[in-house]
Amino acid sequence: MIYREAGDFKTSYRKDSQTFPLKFDRVAYFVLLAVAFLVIPFIINDYWANAVLVPFLIYAIAALGLNILTGYAGQVSLGTGGFMAVGAYSCYKLMTGIDIFGVEFPPLNIFLSVIVSGGITAVVGVLFGLPSLRIKGFYLAVATLAAQFFLVWLFNKWGWAYNHSASGQINAPERSVFGIIVTGPETAAWAKYLFCLVFVFFVAWIARNLTRGAAGRKWMAIRDMDIAAEIIGVNPLLAKLSAFAVSSFFVGIAGALFFSVYLGAVEVGEAFGIQKSFLVLFMVIIGGLGSIFGSFAGAAFMVLLPVLLKNVLVGALGWPTDLAAHLELVIVGGLIIAFLVVEPHGIAQLWRLAKEKLRLWPFPH
Amino acid sequence: MPDQLLYALEVTLNGLMAGVLYSLVALGFVLIFKASGIFNYAQGVMALFAALTLVGIQEGQVPFSHLINAIFGTEIHHFGWTVPAILAIMLTAAVMVVFAWAVERFVLKHLVNQPDIILFMATIGLAYFMEGVGDLMWGADIKKLDVGLPQGGSIWLEENTAWLGGDGFYGFFIDRLDIVATVVAAILVISLTLFSQYSKQGRALRAVADDHQAALSVGISLRFIWVLVWSIAGFVALVAGIMWGTKSGVQFSLSLIALKALPVLMLGGFTSIPGAIVGGLIIGVGEKLFEFFIGPMVGGATENWFAYVLALLFLVFRPQGLFGEKIIERV
Repeated sequence: MIYREAGDFKTSYRKDSQTFPLKFDRVAYFVLLAVAFLVIPFIINDYWANAVLVPFLIYAIAALGLNILTGYAGQVSLGTGGFMAVGAYSCYKLMTGIDIFGVEFPPLNIFLSVIVSGGITAVVGVLFGLPSLRIKGFYLAVATLAAQFFLVWLFNKWGWAYNHSASGQINAPERSVFGIIVTGPETAAWAKYLFCLVFVFFVAWIARNLTRGAAGRKWMAIRDMDIAAEIIGVNPLLAKLSAFAVSSFFVGIAGALFFSVYLGAVEVGEAFGIQKSFLVLFMVIIGGLGSIFGSFAGAAFMVLLPVLLKNVLVGALGWPTDLAAHLELVIVGGLIIAFLVVEPHGIAQLWRLAKEKLRLWPFPH
Repeated sequence: MPDQLLYALEVTLNGLMAGVLYSLVALGFVLIFKASGIFNYAQGVMALFAALTLVGIQEGQVPFSHLINAIFGTEIHHFGWTVPAILAIMLTAAVMVVFAWAVERFVLKHLVNQPDIILFMATIGLAYFMEGVGDLMWGADIKKLDVGLPQGGSIWLEENTAWLGGDGFYGFFIDRLDIVATVVAAILVISLTLFSQYSKQGRALRAVADDHQAALSVGISLRFIWVLVWSIAGFVALVAGIMWGTKSGVQFSLSLIALKALPVLMLGGFTSIPGAIVGGLIIGVGEKLFEFFIGPMVGGATENWFAYVLALLFLVFRPQGLFGEKIIERV
């Protein structure tokens, strides 16, 4: 009854092409933002922040990044973990102060560190995206594995990247924004959450506006058929590389946050291995390829599922943890197949169908 | 001959042998890709699963014992018998056929006409699923696989090549298992080629690979061919699983070998059986030599990425691989 466009008149083109054409959606969006920014920080505790909300927010950024590359531009990437590692290590170097050929840079503000490490990752992403101009489809997917393995190896061996620490780990020093500590072991749960949320908000906002504009249309043209796109005047070089750049920028930010805010200490092979690449890829597939909402839905799904399974199997049924871990693999694998069989376009498509139904409800004709 | 050269030669020989093992995994990929256009990421996990099943059957483990014990509070682990290797291998092959049928029935059948990338992702899901099932069925601990294959360095070869170098050189060290693997791989490739060239099913298989619809229209059952080809791939996975399992124990890392087989495929081309072999040899030799000459300068462990970077650089110049069919694109 309330969820329909009847009576909601658009008097300008601008209004007609807005992100949320229905008034109900617009209101819901702002209510959600208000709750996320004004309510949750006051009720959040350590468990919820560390087990659910902070990983969800960070993975949502990574999934948005990969979705731009894979969902919108159609270039499958298995190098997400490697690019996240670039973000994490750049952030570490920027936070602790870099010396390049004897020139010392002072430690950078954490907020700027995260953004600049996104930029550095974008450069690396473009570099590894260059072969995409020649290689397509599966070949490209496998080629991005080169990025994954090479980058992880590099950060393992290159002492400069982890300041020659004896353990080979990087540890986030304590840094603050406006006097509030956001990294290091002393950080309050709400500060972590809010710091990530600010990034998520801007990343999602940028992603949405990029994908519905000229850049997004070019990416989608390349995805649907690159040769045809080239013939109608889309420059594949610019389109593909810009997709790699934007995607890596987001993934780099996610990596930087993952290291500095969420984990605090990182060993590259463990935190950014090939498993991470697949995890983010699954988020994108299950959430929905080519959908901003889908990235969030997929991230929520893949973060919540293990927590839920662990609580049910280990907590309620009292099974051993290793058994629960194996069963989790089975369930995740089964769900992926089931999703692809039932709805190849993921949760986002289910959401879209539900909304279509809602518009007609309760009179289906 | 100078010792350095001899060592390089030994490294090359070992690289060739390692390459053969990569080729074995890559072969399974090529078979499925040719017949159904599916890039089967689960091939490595299939090898792991086959090896796990083989060990489990051989030692008479109770499947899902861990799970059953957790639910019913029982304490069962083994049936108390051991099965001879040859019988266990046959039983495992049968399990792989059942698996092939299940994949066709529950996954592929529902995904006909979906874009390739969706099918690829489905096989990633399948890989996770099988890994979980394998662990649930047989437990996740590292197992020792022994089906009676010879192991250890070949003394005969070492003694007969020692005269080549100076005092510090003791002859070439080559694992006998690698030699067996080479022979097995050769037999496998020859019989597969003969099968696809001269048997009725083999011809049907090639027809399906060529054009699904045309094959259907002349009365070839797609579903049967898919079960067949997944069974063969399962068998190849079993062979690869036996070789790798004997070499380094049956454990999770076995499934990561599949990832190593990917650059092999890219080099050789996804559609060529000889390509899989040649690609495997190039990667095997290349990464061993690179590690031998360049590795010490950059801190070692270059084997992790060398194959991928080599394949990447190679593809930039020849996108279809060494032996792949020329890519023709139409709008």
